Amino acid sequence: MIEVKNLHYVYPNGIEALRGVSLTIEDGEFVAIMGQNGAGKTTLIKHFNGLLKPTEGDVLIDGVNTKEASVASLARKVGLVFQNPDNQFFCETVEKEVSFALRNFGFDEESIRRRVDWALNLLDLSRYRDVSPFMLSGGERKRVALASILVWDPKIIVLDEPTIGQDYSQKERLRQFILQLNMQGKTVIIVTHDVEFVADCKPRVILMANGKVKADGDAREILTDADLVNQSSLVLPEVTKIFMGIDDPGLDKNVLDIYEASNILYERLRRIK
Amino acid sequence: MPIITVRNLTYTYPIGSRPAFKDVTLNIEKGEFVILTGPSGCGKTTLCRCFNGLIPHFYGGRLEGEIEVANLKVMDHQIHELAQHVGLVFQNPDNQLFALSVEKDVAFGLENLGLPRSEIRRRVDWALKITGIWDLRERAPYELSGGQKQRVAIASVLAMQPEIMVLDEPTSFLDPLSAQKIFHVINDLHEKLKITIILVEHRLDLVSRYADRLIVMNNGRIILDGEPRRVFNSDEARLVGVGIPKATRLFQMLKSRGIDLGETPIMAEEASAILREVLKYDRS
Repeated sequence: MIEVKNLHYVYPNGIEALRGVSLTIEDGEFVAIMGQNGAGKTTLIKHFNGLLKPTEGDVLIDGVNTKEASVASLARKVGLVFQNPDNQFFCETVEKEVSFALRNFGFDEESIRRRVDWALNLLDLSRYRDVSPFMLSGGERKRVALASILVWDPKIIVLDEPTIGQDYSQKERLRQFILQLNMQGKTVIIVTHDVEFVADCKPRVILMANGKVKADGDAREILTDADLVNQSSLVLPEVTKIFMGIDDPGLDKNVLDIYEASNILYERLRRIK
Repeated sequence: MPIITVRNLTYTYPIGSRPAFKDVTLNIEKGEFVILTGPSGCGKTTLCRCFNGLIPHFYGGRLEGEIEVANLKVMDHQIHELAQHVGLVFQNPDNQLFALSVEKDVAFGLENLGLPRSEIRRRVDWALKITGIWDLRERAPYELSGGQKQRVAIASVLAMQPEIMVLDEPTSFLDPLSAQKIFHVINDLHEKLKITIILVEHRLDLVSRYADRLIVMNNGRIILDGEPRRVFNSDEARLVGVGIPKATRLFQMLKSRGIDLGETPIMAEEASAILREVLKYDRS
C-alpha cells in the first residue's frame, strides 16, 4: 500500500512541484496519473521508490516511511520505469541490462538466467539479447526498460509514459500485459497523457494540476467530464467525442471504448435498417 | 516537381547485420503534408535521418541507391548544407538541445544562417510564443520536463522556417491539448508558407486530418502509400496494426455487423455528423 500524506516537494532551483498531495493506493489497484505537463506527476512517482524525499509531509510504502528507507530496499518493492529509457541504460547488451539489477540483488546464476529468459520472451525481445540497447528503436528501448524492472518481480510497478513511441499493436499488447499483471495482484501505476489508452484500460484516474490532486475517480467519470478534461489540458477520448457530437437524447454520452460504442449503435441502428 | 526523390534506397547501420530499410522508392512533392507511420522498428526514423544527411554523414554505415533533397544529392552534400533546407525534430529532444538557455537554443540555427540581428530576435520571439515556452526562455534546457524540452526542440526548427520540416513523433511527451496546438501550428505553417511536412506519428487519430498523404512502412519497406482515408480502409492497414482512427474503426465494425453507413469518416466530428443524420430519421 502507498500512503501519501500532505506531500510537498520543492526542487533545489526553488520550483515547488508538489503542493500538498494526499492519496492512498491500495495493493492490487490499477491507477493512471494524468494531468498537463508540469503538473507534478513524475515528481510524485519518484517519491514512491525514494528517489525523491518529501520536503514536507510523508510517503509510506507498506507502512515504511521513505525518509527512513534506502532506495535499494524500496526498489525491491517498487519498480519504476522511466519516461526516457536512455536514462536507465548503461550496459552493452540487452541481456546484461536486463540482468543487472538481479546481480545487484544477489540472485543466483540459474534464477537470473530463468528470469531474464522469461522477461525477454514476455516483451518480445529475445532476438535482441546480444544487441546494444542503443541500437534499438525508441519503442523497443521502452520495452527493454520495462523488462529490466519486471525481471525482479516488484509488487508495485510504476510506468512513466509507457505508451510513448509504441505502435498500435504494441499498445494493445501492453494493455493486455498490464491487465494481466494487475490480475496477478500487482499494483500498477501509470503516468500517462494517452487518453485513448486510459479509455481502453479503464483504471482509477488521479488527475493532477499545479502540484495538487484535482480529481480522483474511475476513468469513465473523469474522462467523459468535458470541462475537467479541458482544464487539465487533456482531450476527450475519440469515442466520447463522437457520442457527445451526436447529441441524441436517447444515447449515453459517457461512452469510452469502441466495443461499447459499436454495441450501442448496433442496437439502435438495427431497428432503423 | 518533387522536393524529395528517393530511388531504390537501402541502408544498413555500421553495426547492423541487415538493412534498416530496403529498396525504398518515393517522391515527395513540394508543399505536401505527409504522415509516415508503421510498427516500431520498421525503419521510419532511419529513413528520416537520410533527409538531412545525418545518414550517411553522421551515422556512417552503407547507403545504396539515390536520394535527392531540395535538388541536392544527399551523398555529396554535408549536413550543414542540407540543414538549410531541412529542419528535423528528433523523437528524443535530449539529442537536440545543448545550449545554456532555451532562447540560445532556439536562436542557434538562425545565427548560423547569418541572419540580421533584428530578424533573429523577431523569429525567436515568435517561435517561443507560438510553442508556449516564452516564460521558459531564460531557463536551462536540462532543467526542463520532457514535454517542455520537446517544445524547445520544435521551436528551434520552427524558427528556421525551412522548406522541409521532418518531425519524428514531435509531441510524444506533450499533454494532448498542447500536442493539438502544436499540430495546428505546424499545419498553419504548411498552409501559409507552403512548407513541406513529413511527420512520423503513431497517433493517427490526432493528425490524419491534416495530411494529404499517408505512408505506411513495415519491415523496412513501404507497403501502403495514398490518401489517408483510402489507406485506413485497406485490409493491409488492419493487418499491419496501423492505429486506424477510432471513427474509422467504429464504422468498419458496424459495417462488419451488417450496418453500412456509406462513407467512412476519419474524424470524430464527421462520425458524429453522419450518425446524427441517420438517427434523426429514427426519431421522426
